[in-house]
Amino acid sequence: MSGAALVARTTSAEGTRSLAAALAPLARPGDVILLVGGLGAGKTTFAQGFARGLGIEGPVTSPTFTLVRQYRCPPPPTPGPGPVVGQLLHADVYRLDTLGEVADLALPELVEDAAVALVEWGDVAAPVLGDTALWVELAAEGDGEGEPDASPGGSGGPGGTEPGRRITVHAEGSAWESRRAELTAALAPYRGEVR
Amino acid sequence: MTGPGLRRADPDLAVLGIETSCDETAAAVVVGGTTIASSVVSSQVDLHAHYGGVVPELAGRAHIERFTPVVADALLAAGRTGGSPPVGAVAATCGPGLVGSLLVGLSGAKALSMSWDVPFVAVNHLEGHLFASLLEAPDLGWPLVVLLVSGGHTLLVSMEGLGRYRLLGQTIDDAAGEAYDKVARYLGLGYPGGPAIDAVAGQGDPTAFAFPRAMMAEGLDFSFSGLKTSVVRTVERHPEAATVDVAASFQQAVVDVLVAKATRAAAAVGARGLCLAGGVAANTLLRRTMTEACDRLGLPAYLPSRVMCTDNAAMVAAAGWWRLTHDGPSPLSVGADPNLSLAFFD
Repeated sequence: MSGAALVARTTSAEGTRSLAAALAPLARPGDVILLVGGLGAGKTTFAQGFARGLGIEGPVTSPTFTLVRQYRCPPPPTPGPGPVVGQLLHADVYRLDTLGEVADLALPELVEDAAVALVEWGDVAAPVLGDTALWVELAAEGDGEGEPDASPGGSGGPGGTEPGRRITVHAEGSAWESRRAELTAALAPYRGEVR
Repeated sequence: MTGPGLRRADPDLAVLGIETSCDETAAAVVVGGTTIASSVVSSQVDLHAHYGGVVPELAGRAHIERFTPVVADALLAAGRTGGSPPVGAVAATCGPGLVGSLLVGLSGAKALSMSWDVPFVAVNHLEGHLFASLLEAPDLGWPLVVLLVSGGHTLLVSMEGLGRYRLLGQTIDDAAGEAYDKVARYLGLGYPGGPAIDAVAGQGDPTAFAFPRAMMAEGLDFSFSGLKTSVVRTVERHPEAATVDVAASFQQAVVDVLVAKATRAAAAVGARGLCLAGGVAANTLLRRTMTEACDRLGLPAYLPSRVMCTDNAAMVAAAGWWRLTHDGPSPLSVGADPNLSLAFFD
């Protein structure tokens, strides 16, 4: 791990999307981002915001069924100096049984083609996904104040309010070392104290 | 049986359909696009149940093992073993689905079409599901609203003719069947989630927990991700809750949204009928609730038999027959496309 983990907090699904959208411009072709967290932690929500940050329009749906979904990124309105991310790969290794099957998806090879990969349940697959990944761990905060409440006798609602999330970001390997300052700045609006 | 618009050329053309997009290895012979001569489905459910979902590598291997016997069974059951060639064309699903699984059926179909010297036609799995309704419901008129709900898809489509589809709504996150699978796995009810939850929900109280009905008032799109999260949080907070009550309340929330949006869609396009398709369409509560809602609205509802809802090859042969007569054969260079979407006009 290079440097301390950065801890951020969001209070709604839209907040999680905004945080992810703020991180997206920092991504470079070849990056692998591991999304870690249990069922309902907000991994697909993060992926939706990240895609929005790359300018991808249209729904970003769960990749569980087809394992990998590919999205083409529009060219950025103001191209920066670095290489441009041309494609987002959104993978879900939830259903895969062995590391060999994850390796068969060939994500490290696919991202060489100007792509960034977001991998849900990526922690279990980390050993075959390269050694310079960005880890994003999502967890529901505390006992879930403000959760959509389905208590016995509750009235239900059109959608309910979303729970708060604690989002921990840390980089493994050297690829993110030079982007540490940008990463800290992008997360600043969502930060509690550094742990 | 003859479907609307299916009275076309080649009434005697027998098409061998092959379907391997997910966890069913299936082959069928359909004559003239409408008459099912045989339909064989070899399910891998038992193979994957232990893992709580389809395991792609296992699925691919099982398709390879089952391809030849399933095709042979379908030809035998259709009484087409002696002919040379035994059928007039071969159709296979080319997507969407698991790439390793798709490739088995697609490659096998191409090989058969070459060795028999008959046309090959690639079929979109989703279009196959739309044709499944027509195979059993010959007299429904256009436009027809189809709610296609399965483990990988949740779509509301207006069929305005064969090959003429308008997208009315879709999920913005999880498919309905995926929510079933994930919640069933979380509740320890087993795989596949639809039948597992359906089986115990009848013993539970569907009003015990008021799970969110996401986007109920907004448009025709669906969202099931928040519902899954709400189930998890609720069980964490109420560990004493009876699993059958959670399952029944979850299922009620899914069905309420599906029925409300489908009937709203039907009203919006002035549909002359409403159809269910896809694996979730085999769900008991969904079938009952949809029928009741359509009765209230005076709208003809068509619920295909359960075998025609879930993945099968008769629907692939029927869609292939129509694609063949409408567009001609597909080149053998057609590849598997795991993310293939339905072609919509607008």
